[in-house]
Order: sequence, then structure tokens, then C-alpha cells
Amino acid sequence: MRITPPDTGAVPDCCRKGLYSCLLPAGLFALLCLAWPRVVNGDVFTVQWAWVPSLDLNLALRLDGLSLLFGLIITMTGFFVTIYASSYMAGHPQNGRFFVFLHAFMIAMLGIVFADNLLLMFICWEATTMLSFLLIGFDHEKSDARENARQALLVTGAGGLFLLMGILLLKSAGFSMTLSVLSESADVIQNHALYPAIFICFMVGAMTKSGQVPFHFWLPNAMSAPTPISAFLHAATMVKAGIYLLMRLHPVMGGTPLWMSTLVLVGGATALWGAIQALGPCDLKRILAHTTLMALGILTLFLGGQTVLSLTAATTFLMVHALYKAALFLAVGSIDHQTGTRDLNDLGGLATRMPLTALAVAGATLSMAGFPLFFGFIGKEIMYAGALAEDMFPLFAAGITLSANALMTAVAAIILLTPFAGTLPAHLKNTCETPWTMRIGPAFMGLIGVVFGIMPEWVSENLIQPAVFAFHPDREEIRLFLFHGINLPLVLSIITLTSGAVIYRQKIRLRRGIRFLTDHLWVTMPGLYQSGLTRFLTTAATVTRILQNGSLTTYMSVIVFTLVVLTGSVWLPHVADIASIPAVTGPYIAMGLFVFVLGAAAVVVTARHRLAAIGGLGGVGGGVALIFLVFGAPDIALTQLLVETLTLIFVSLILLRLPPMEPIVKPGATFQARTLRNAILSISAGLLVFTLVSGVVSTPLDRSLTAFFETHSYVSAHGRNIVNVILVDFRSLDTLGEICVIVLAAWAGVHLIRRPFGQRKAP
Amino acid sequence: MEHLLALTVGILFSGALFLMLSGELVRFVFGFVLMGNAVNLLIFAAGRLSFVGPPLIGKTGTVPATPVANALPQALILTAIVISFAMTLFLLILLYRTYAQTRTLNTRQADFLSESPGDDSDSDTPEKDHS
Repeated sequence: MRITPPDTGAVPDCCRKGLYSCLLPAGLFALLCLAWPRVVNGDVFTVQWAWVPSLDLNLALRLDGLSLLFGLIITMTGFFVTIYASSYMAGHPQNGRFFVFLHAFMIAMLGIVFADNLLLMFICWEATTMLSFLLIGFDHEKSDARENARQALLVTGAGGLFLLMGILLLKSAGFSMTLSVLSESADVIQNHALYPAIFICFMVGAMTKSGQVPFHFWLPNAMSAPTPISAFLHAATMVKAGIYLLMRLHPVMGGTPLWMSTLVLVGGATALWGAIQALGPCDLKRILAHTTLMALGILTLFLGGQTVLSLTAATTFLMVHALYKAALFLAVGSIDHQTGTRDLNDLGGLATRMPLTALAVAGATLSMAGFPLFFGFIGKEIMYAGALAEDMFPLFAAGITLSANALMTAVAAIILLTPFAGTLPAHLKNTCETPWTMRIGPAFMGLIGVVFGIMPEWVSENLIQPAVFAFHPDREEIRLFLFHGINLPLVLSIITLTSGAVIYRQKIRLRRGIRFLTDHLWVTMPGLYQSGLTRFLTTAATVTRILQNGSLTTYMSVIVFTLVVLTGSVWLPHVADIASIPAVTGPYIAMGLFVFVLGAAAVVVTARHRLAAIGGLGGVGGGVALIFLVFGAPDIALTQLLVETLTLIFVSLILLRLPPMEPIVKPGATFQARTLRNAILSISAGLLVFTLVSGVVSTPLDRSLTAFFETHSYVSAHGRNIVNVILVDFRSLDTLGEICVIVLAAWAGVHLIRRPFGQRKAP
Repeated sequence: MEHLLALTVGILFSGALFLMLSGELVRFVFGFVLMGNAVNLLIFAAGRLSFVGPPLIGKTGTVPATPVANALPQALILTAIVISFAMTLFLLILLYRTYAQTRTLNTRQADFLSESPGDDSDSDTPEKDHS
């Protein structure tokens, strides 16, 4: 396992490089802070460069309240994750590659949230898919990391294709590709005939990316990435991309019954299933991964609402979740790094050994559970208010939120109490605190949870309201307060905390029950994915075996058949045009030559012995040469005769070393289906060629090229044999190519003869 | 006359394809040579047949004095003849090599197919899994 440095303060030299790279997210964060006050005032920054204007693809970037909130979360998390990783990944042989991937991932995610052009957003979207594949499979020597990386790539990549389809449908319906323009035509889009199709495409894209049921299974598996990556991926990037997309589309497509019911039901199912499953595992990281599912489900659920209240709830919870989830993932990574285990059964009493990490986890989990004075409490209050204000299924939404929150409270208690409270097991006696680089991130983000919890008015004014205004037309002000008075949300909060405590006390029994349930499900999505993948691969293998079976006859048959059918289907309707074949005029000797050539060809085709076939070939070659001679082409007649002689000599030489031919029709067999099929194929191909050539010669001939050669042959090239002049002068490059073919054929032939015969493969 | 030549070309094509489809490699080569001839005649027909003199310029003039045969297809056919000769030769050597290696020239025999390139699927390296 990893080596734990004994001292707590010093940073080893080898991780300096990683540490310096935190300047990139820090700088971006600072830039965003510069723009922050003006964005709060309602300013919107835009830049635009034309990229591919014909495709409506422009490098259009836009910074409004929502982009700012996401940008701040991404860069802040990126900053702390980089600092953390500089120690966590220290000594890893692919350290440099890790930081390049990490920062590229961050930039791609920033591209998604700043893009104002849908196609540009899609490009960044796909970039995060690719980079997450590289990061999840970063430990590529482990087979499960490779497997999980592939799963994430396939699921989110397929979703990306749906997103692209949605964008193209939107474009084909005649709408703009620019997001900020799109929301002005919301009414037209929602009444368009293509609206359901467009909505489903965008929805599948968002659902796969954000791990919504039924595409949720890749997300818990993605934790085979190194822990800093998991923290980044779960808290700020990748899975939040789907949520961001839904937020951006809300003013464009939101508010219809289809939108509201889909989002509320899908989100509710994801939230409940994620929260229930979080109680099952003993691996701390896996527990956290399931709680992310719950959070994403809740966010989707609230985005289904139409009121400012429910959208404010979603935005607030987004911040709450980003803060506590990043802190918890990093802290779990610290526990793993220092003790070598993440199993709840092996951990306990670490509070004395890792005091600052324990404090950070306490801050984060109390926020997660929603205790008063923490930011999570504010989030929970507004969530209940928002759920009750949903337009569709408010009671369902409130019930889901209540049960998911109660389960989250119990999970928060498990994460805090099991590793840190109780007695210290003997094998953890030598555990010590992490270096400062690994403490600062969790501690700072845990602290923000408290600060924001105490001053919610500032947060709502400077972060949440500008963000909500960016994607909701109504400028209704929702202010967050520490204490809203005794009302229904407060009562629900108290119920949540109490039932969370009850669940926590029953955790062992519940864990057993949930494991039993998940082990005995009839149909599971991972199972469907696995069997679907296997079936896909076997189908591909079968198709390849059929199409690429190594048989020359099959390949030839397919090629000839395709030629006949495709060309024939286009050409046959025009055959009637050449129906009137003119009467034959001309030298009758030529007709005799045609008959001679055909007779010789018949000898070749029907020959039983090689000698007869060779003789037939000679007859065909000679006949063709005579045809050339009759029609004024003595040059090619000469060449043809020469080449024909040489060919026959070579054929005879080689055939001397080969066995005799087998008869086409086996002796004794009267009828062979294969021979018949070959005959039909070749005769129809021959017919096609005949009609095509007839068609060609029925059209008038354009002699302008020939006329050019005739007039310039002597004047420009000083040659009296026009054919020779064309070959060596006008088209001399063709002749060079021809010579190259001969040289290559000769070279390859010599090597084929001289190369020693290799060993045949052992059976 | 061109239409008759077109018919000849079509029949030659049929014969050539029938031989190439037979699955026996010696016949394949015969079919290949036949098809080379058929294609040359096809180009020739496309340039039209004319019962006139060859495309030559007399000693006195700078252009042909009387109508001559179409020179362009002749140049193309000259190139085509030479290339099909090179390909035929290469095919013959390939045939020789194939027989030396597999001891059969019938593509349908199992022995012949066992040399097909789809055979090397068992080259996966064992998993290197160390945590």
C-alpha cells in the first residue's frame, strides 16, 4: 500500500509540481471573483467569435449568475482537489499525466457552464465524457478500473449522442443554437410538434450524465477513480453537468406537464433508491457515491417545479451538496491514505489521531444531516417549502424529500461516528494526521458550511438569487434566513432529524435487509447493462464471422451481387433508350474475329485440362490483338501480342508446379446449386455490362480531347505517332505510375518466392 | 458494330466472372486474364470503332491528313495491358506461394481456410493485476 510520511507538516519534494498547478484554478477563481459584483448587479458578460458560422457553431461564451455559481464551485473545488492530490498522488509514476487530465477535466466543465452555443456546449460535454473515462480508469492496471471506465464511457457517451440528437432536432425545427436567444421562443418550442422528441433527447442526455434512474449504475462504480477525482467528479463536475443542462433548459422547455411529471418522478425515484442503497455498503467511498445519487435525484425533483421557491431550493441544495460532498470525499481519501482501509468494520476512534480531519468531517456531516446553524439546515428548510410548492405531485415530492433526508441524516451519522468515535482498534494505533495539503481542503469546505449557515442572507443575495434569476423569468425575491419561525418546514425538519436518529440506531439490521434486497432483485440495471453488452459483442462477432468468413467465393459473390443489384436498379429503367440498335455496317472480318474470341473464351471456361485452357487464353489474346489491328490500332495490337505471349509462358511455368485442375462439376453429380448460382450471377453481370456498353456507344462521342492531341502532337511534342506522344509526353505521369506498378509487382513477387516458408501454426 | 463488340464484352465478362467464382485458384487466374481482355475491349468500344488508318501524322503535315482512329482510348489500353500483365504475374506467384504453403488450391477446403488471418484471436496477454 501507500507509504505514509511520518511528519505531518512538510510536503515532500516530489509533489511540488502538482502543488504549483493549483495556480490555474486559483487564477480562474480570482477572475470570476472580479466579475462577481457586477454579475450580482445583473450584468451579463458575453464574448463571441465566429468558428463555423455555416453550422451556427460559434465560440460564444456567456457569464451570468448561474454560470458564475457553477464556475465558482468548479474552480474552488478544483483548487482544493489539486492541493490535496499533490500529496495524495505523490510518488505515483503517472503523476504528471494525472494533473493534466484533472485540469483538462476542469476546463471542459467550465466550457459547459460558460458556453452560450448549444453545439459548443456539446463539444465540452463530450470532452468531460472522454476525460472522465481516462480519470476513472486512471489505475489502468486494475481490471475493475478499466471495466468501470468503459461503463461510464458507454453510458454517458450514449447519452451524449442523445443530447446531440436533441440539439439537431431543435435546429431542424428552425430554432437558434444560442441558449440566451432560445428562451425567448419558449412558447413556440413548447407547442412545436417535435417538442416531445426534443425533450426526450435532452432528458436522456441529462439523465445519463447525472446518474438518474435507470442510468444510475455507472456513478457508484466510477469511484474506482483516485479519490481526489471522485471528489471532483461527484461534487462539482461531470454529474453536475446534467443538472446544469436541466437548469439552462428550464426557461426554454420547462413548465409543461411532460417536463414536470418526468423530472419529479425520475428525480424522486433516483433520490429514494440512492438514499436506501447508501445504507447498504460498508465501504465509506461507496456510501458517499450512493448519497450523490440521492442528491442528484433531489435536484432533478426540484427542477421539475415551476415556482421560484422550488428552483431556489434546487440551487441552494446544489451548493450545500457541493460543499459537504467534496469535503467528505477528500476526508475519506485521507482516512484511506493514512490507515489503508475504508471499511467501516475496521475503523473507529480516529478522532484522537486525526483531529482536524475529524472536525472537517463533523462540519460536513452536520451540514449534510441538516442541523441548525449549518448550511444544510437552510437548504433543508427551503427544500420542504419548495417541495410543498411544486405544481405536480407536491405531496409525493415532500414525502420523497422527507424520507431521503431522514436516510441522509442516518448516513451522515454513520460517516461521522463509525470511523471517528468509539475505541481505536489495535491496528490503527500508529495512525497519524495527514500533511497540511490534505487537511486544508476538507477543513475549509467544512468551515464554509458553518459560515454560510450563520449568514444565509448574504449567500442568498450574492450567489443564489443571481443564479435563480438567470434561469427564471420572475424576479421574485426569496430570502434565506436562519430562522423562519415555527412553520410546516420546521416541523418537517424536526421529524427528519428524529427519524434519522431512529434509522441510525437500526443501521445493522437495515444494512442486512438492504443487502438482501439488492442481492435478490429480479431485474437490475447493472445486470441489464452487462447482458446487453455481452449480447452486443456476441452479435458483432457473429456478424463478422458471417461477413468476413475468409472465403474468396463469398466475397466475390457479394461484390458481384451488389454491383448487379445497385447498378442494375439505377440503369434498367433507361435500357429502353437503346432499344433501337442500328443495323450492322462495317468489315465482316471483325464479326468473324468476335466469334473467334468468344469461341476461344468458351474453351477456357469449359476446359477440363489446363493445357486446353491455356490454349483458349492464347486464342482470346490473339483474337483481341487482331481486333485492335483491324480497327486502326497497330501499337496496342503489337503490345497485346507481346504481353500475351509472355503471360502464356509465365502461366505455363507456374502451372507446371501446381496440381491439375479439379472439374467444375464433380463427376457423378448431375446438379450443383452452387454452380447454378455462380452461373446466374455471372450471366446477369455480363448482361449488365453489355447493356451499359451499348448505352455508352449510343450516345454521341465527344472527340475534343482526341482533337487536342491530334493538333498538338507534332506542333508541341514533335512526335508523329499520336499514341506514343500521349504516353510519353502528355500523360507521362500515368506512364510513370504504370512503371511503378510493374516494379512493385516484380518486387513483391521476388520476395514471395525467396522468403523462407514460415512454420505453420500449431493446431 | 460497336453493339456487337459490346455483346462480346458482356459474354467475356460472364465467362470471366464464372471462372473467378468457381473457388479454384487456377480458374480464378484464368478468369482474371479473360477479364483483363474484356476490359480492354470495353475501353476500345467506348472510344468507338472506325475502319480507318492508325493515329499517325504523315511525313509532310503537322496534323493527320485523313481521319484516323481515336488515339486516346489506345493510349489508355496500352497502359491497361501492361498493368494487367503485372497483376497477372503477381497473382501467379501468389498462387505458387499459396500452394507451397497450404498444399491446396481450392478455397473451400478447410486446410486452406485455416491459414486465414482471422486465426490470431488468442493473442491476449494475461492480466497484470496488482494493487
